[in-house]
Amino acid sequence: MTVLILGAGSDMAVALARQFAAEKYDVQLAARNTSFLQAQENDLRIRYGINASSHAFDAVDFASHPAFYESLPVKPDITICVFGYLGDQELGQTSWQEASRIIHTNYTGAVSILNVVAADYAARHQGTIIGISSVAGERGRQSNYLYGSAKAGFTAYLSGLRNRLFHNGVHVMTVQPGFVYTRMTEGLTLPPLLTAQPIDVASAIVKAARAKKNVLYVKWFWRYIMLIIKYIPEFIFKKLKL
Amino acid sequence: MQKRLANWGNYPVVASEESTFSREDQLQDLLHTQTPLIARGNGRCYGDASLGAHSISTLKYDKVLSFDIEKGLFECQAGVTLDQILDIIVPKGWFLPVTPGTKFITVGGAVASDVHGKNHHVDGAFSNQVVSMDVITSQGLITCSPDQEPDLYWATCGGMGLTGIITRVLFRLKKVETSYIKQKQIKARNLDEVIRLFEENKHYTYSVAWIDCLQKGDSFGRSILILGEHAAKAELSPQQAQAPLQLPSKKKLTIPFNLPSFVLNTFTVKAFNWLYYAKNTKREINNVVSYEPFFYPLDAFLHWNRGYGKAGFVQYQFVLPMDQKQGLVEILQRISSKGLGSFLAVLKVFGQQDNLISFPMEGYTLALDFPVRKGLFEFLDELDALVLQYGGRLYLSKDARMKQEVFWQSYPHVQRFAGIVKQYNRNNRFRSLQSDRLLLTAQPSELIMNNEELMIREAVVK
Repeated sequence: MTVLILGAGSDMAVALARQFAAEKYDVQLAARNTSFLQAQENDLRIRYGINASSHAFDAVDFASHPAFYESLPVKPDITICVFGYLGDQELGQTSWQEASRIIHTNYTGAVSILNVVAADYAARHQGTIIGISSVAGERGRQSNYLYGSAKAGFTAYLSGLRNRLFHNGVHVMTVQPGFVYTRMTEGLTLPPLLTAQPIDVASAIVKAARAKKNVLYVKWFWRYIMLIIKYIPEFIFKKLKL
Repeated sequence: MQKRLANWGNYPVVASEESTFSREDQLQDLLHTQTPLIARGNGRCYGDASLGAHSISTLKYDKVLSFDIEKGLFECQAGVTLDQILDIIVPKGWFLPVTPGTKFITVGGAVASDVHGKNHHVDGAFSNQVVSMDVITSQGLITCSPDQEPDLYWATCGGMGLTGIITRVLFRLKKVETSYIKQKQIKARNLDEVIRLFEENKHYTYSVAWIDCLQKGDSFGRSILILGEHAAKAELSPQQAQAPLQLPSKKKLTIPFNLPSFVLNTFTVKAFNWLYYAKNTKREINNVVSYEPFFYPLDAFLHWNRGYGKAGFVQYQFVLPMDQKQGLVEILQRISSKGLGSFLAVLKVFGQQDNLISFPMEGYTLALDFPVRKGLFEFLDELDALVLQYGGRLYLSKDARMKQEVFWQSYPHVQRFAGIVKQYNRNNRFRSLQSDRLLLTAQPSELIMNNEELMIREAVVK
């Protein structure tokens, strides 16, 4: 069994690679800069005695995606889309460069590569696709609606893909991690009770993938927090500073 | 992220900015900031050595880089912990060449503290087994070893992170046939007897004694000497022999919150020590046990440090030269008559070692825990004077309160160490509360300013 991790350099990806390797999966690490992946590759091989390999992958170089997937020596049984870019909301409000980077990394790039993977899985009637989306995508808030809207698009994409591929025997899982202690969130003060460690996210994903869950909230109460946030009437919501 | 940080003794507690990195370029970015930094691993040193205004956690820099199963060479990034290494190497027939009493420390910390184990008199300290390492100094990344950049190498082993941030370490492992230890426990009626037993058994690879330091009169220094060797396959029970390199099970107990400090008083400690001593009904016990209870008896209790209450504790560890046994007696007597209640008293022998700044030197080393309370620090200052008088010194990894003059008088090569630190630590880029307190990175005048920062910890001592 092989798992492909798209965006392998992040804290969450490191934890995911280890959890799947501990389950004796071979691991394919994909990221823009493969020179940083060498250490991770050795680490997985030595700790877990599995095969690991590194592959150059650029989420926003859409044209390269079919060739990237074609070049994989073994087609993965599970593909996990981990890459993402929080970006700078304020900067993105005026800088198209920043705004488009947020949109293209979190949405367009994900759609581009998963279209390729989905075509292969659909034809072979097997495989699992896991997308790491975000609760930020459930309702746009002034503090991060660029990131949030891109993740909203991604969540809707995954939901549609799940619907379509179900009929081909392919499973698609959406992950809503909530707050996670990673390098991406290091500058933020997060409420400890609502915040997960990358290792918690990773082990929840391994379990949920085995159980073929559709939508995974890593900490269960996030589902209800977001439910409440979604049901605040718009005329009130627009006045809040969220 | 701003955090309240404390090391294992829960004393002192400081407000600190903490950053992480998982790649070298990310670390280089962090080093471009102007604030002074100090590397921090798993927070298992006891005092303030890895605490500062801005700490850099190495825990995410935790990749295993190579493991030569033939030659027994292990290479990893600084944030890998010893428990992770054991999980990898033991099933392949290798063991850590030197291990302290907890496996929850990082490799970077093992080097920065130049940790020792129960086998120091045979195998030396951790630095003895290091082949080479990378250190990011104020001059950039430098690879060093005993032959390459030896100044940097020797100032980094035991140098408490003051030469820079250790990022990669290559070290030798020890070949074992099994994951078991052939153990011998001998009861000693008093201090004289345990010291005699140490001398009689110095051929053993591992030796340590647990002393009940509250005993008086004839049984002053009553103790249990624990000796060990890695067991050969032929020495295992039939059941053990089925899987000679099996890893111990991972079940753990935990103390979920700080116990009120009255839980540990003279009475309870006496009772504990008595039970510990009395459980060995025979004078000598021989058995074959897994490496876990032999090397890491306290690791079975996660957060055992919480047993000392919210005010925390300090562990006082000193070494005295071999011929200063009366010093050992005098210090133990002071502790015994003061009755400040030491939960643990551990006695070990050090073999010859004369590194630049490492703690070990040939002699006896004793470690005791003291819950932080009024009057304790004055008492420890008195003990410091005795340690100095007998030509000994204190372990920086346990230290949270030593006065700078004690440090400068007791470490013979400290001037040279300070000179090398200056060279690789320009403008005091790397500094901790400890290095400031010991005047390695601060001027006396600066300490006044620093006292403001120390307020958090003083506030706890009431």
